[in-house]
Amino acid sequence: MQYRKLSLTRPAFDRIASSLEPQAPTGRNCLLAFLFGGGLCAFGELLAGLYTGTLVMTKAEAYGPAGVTLIFLAGLLTSLGVFDHISKHAGAGTAVPITGFANSMVSAALEFKKEGLILGIGSKMFSLSGSVITFGVVTAFVAGLLWGVVY
Amino acid sequence: MASRTGQQSYVFEAPAGLLAFAATAGPEEKNGPLGPAFDETFDDLMMGEKSFELAERKLMTHACTRAMEKAKLSPADLGLFLSGDLLNQNITGNFTALRLGIPFFGLYNACSSSAEMLLLAAFLLEAQGPMPILAAVSSHFCTAERQYRYPTEYGVKRKPFQQRTATGAAAFVLTDAPCPIGITGGTIGILQDYGVKDPLNMGKAMAPAAAHTLLSHFADTGLGPSDYDLILTGDLGAYGQDILRAILKEEGFPPLGNLSDGGLMLFDRSKQDVSSGGSGCACGALGLCGRVLPDLLSGRLRRVLYVATGALMSPTSVMQKDSIPCIAHAVVLERKEV
Repeated sequence: MQYRKLSLTRPAFDRIASSLEPQAPTGRNCLLAFLFGGGLCAFGELLAGLYTGTLVMTKAEAYGPAGVTLIFLAGLLTSLGVFDHISKHAGAGTAVPITGFANSMVSAALEFKKEGLILGIGSKMFSLSGSVITFGVVTAFVAGLLWGVVY
Repeated sequence: MASRTGQQSYVFEAPAGLLAFAATAGPEEKNGPLGPAFDETFDDLMMGEKSFELAERKLMTHACTRAMEKAKLSPADLGLFLSGDLLNQNITGNFTALRLGIPFFGLYNACSSSAEMLLLAAFLLEAQGPMPILAAVSSHFCTAERQYRYPTEYGVKRKPFQQRTATGAAAFVLTDAPCPIGITGGTIGILQDYGVKDPLNMGKAMAPAAAHTLLSHFADTGLGPSDYDLILTGDLGAYGQDILRAILKEEGFPPLGNLSDGGLMLFDRSKQDVSSGGSGCACGALGLCGRVLPDLLSGRLRRVLYVATGALMSPTSVMQKDSIPCIAHAVVLERKEV
């Protein structure tokens, strides 16, 4: 005796499931991401302009502290539990700029605080962002090598 | 004794009686349609504890305490504690059992654990094993997010087919004596795998298991959907339920007019941000405690088929690109005139 099987095949299942899949409002999501992302970048420009005027530095130098300010604000909003409510609407608009990176680190640090300072916050802080650092370093190394060969 | 009917189904000659049940729930569930029906609700996800894991233990412990109070029993009166939750190595159930000090079996069938334990309790009671039996399930949105998905405060856009893990716990006290609600039969599920690998898409992964168990139940018992006032799935959500209906149609089965889902009962999708509905170990059980069991007690419902589905992956199997095998168990809950 064999146990009963569904006559449903894998291709039939895939066809059924994809025909019924609820669709994300792509147009709306793209527009929101554009507005939030663009707004953030404009805010960054504003900060850079502000720092050029107030601190003694060139515009190019002011982008550093402007980025740091955005990182700080994203970290602060994450720890206040606000960031995820914004990014729920903004999507890539807050995830792609430097704010997304800050959020990934601070949210992981908060999540694993209970597991201690060293094995919790210290090591698990990079659970989401670690690969960005790894492949950022690898890419920089390869690019530097190519630069050295070409020139 | 329980008699095997067909391939996977059983009928209980002496049905296990549901002596008492109780449910505790979190803030989002409190604001949902079933909120007022729960025995205890909390306004924040930490529930005055130091971690989300401790909060989940509080939910389960309180549900157990309330159920024992309603049954007028103390831990020493109970023969066995069965528990199921989603956390690795079942820590919620284990630590609740430690506190209760009752002989203990921990079960894991993911979100189908509630049906698994009700059915198992019915077998044990009919065999005159340990009794009475306390059975409890729990899940917590934040503990499940951390284990299976992302940190709570990580900002990601939710996919429309995603579900929200229910925060809550349900506890049942079962005995061999006749009670107003009895477990009169059930069908033990067989794992189904249709190659779904996305751990965010639970409804899609679990729908074939629900279809298989439903079809087996009807073929085994000779009963049809019209023999039940309600067929309640655990946590398929809107998308999963749509797929279940389409699969049944593909298998040549007539449409179900009396199908409902715990994940759709628990939240109001038009007002609450839960995408495709609720999910989690507690989800279907909260639907039972919040609406279905009270309706059976009041006589609004007489016979219910509860089919809870579970996705049996682990974080490791998902990372290693395994597909997600799923299971569904069915339990027949019947109103008995005592």
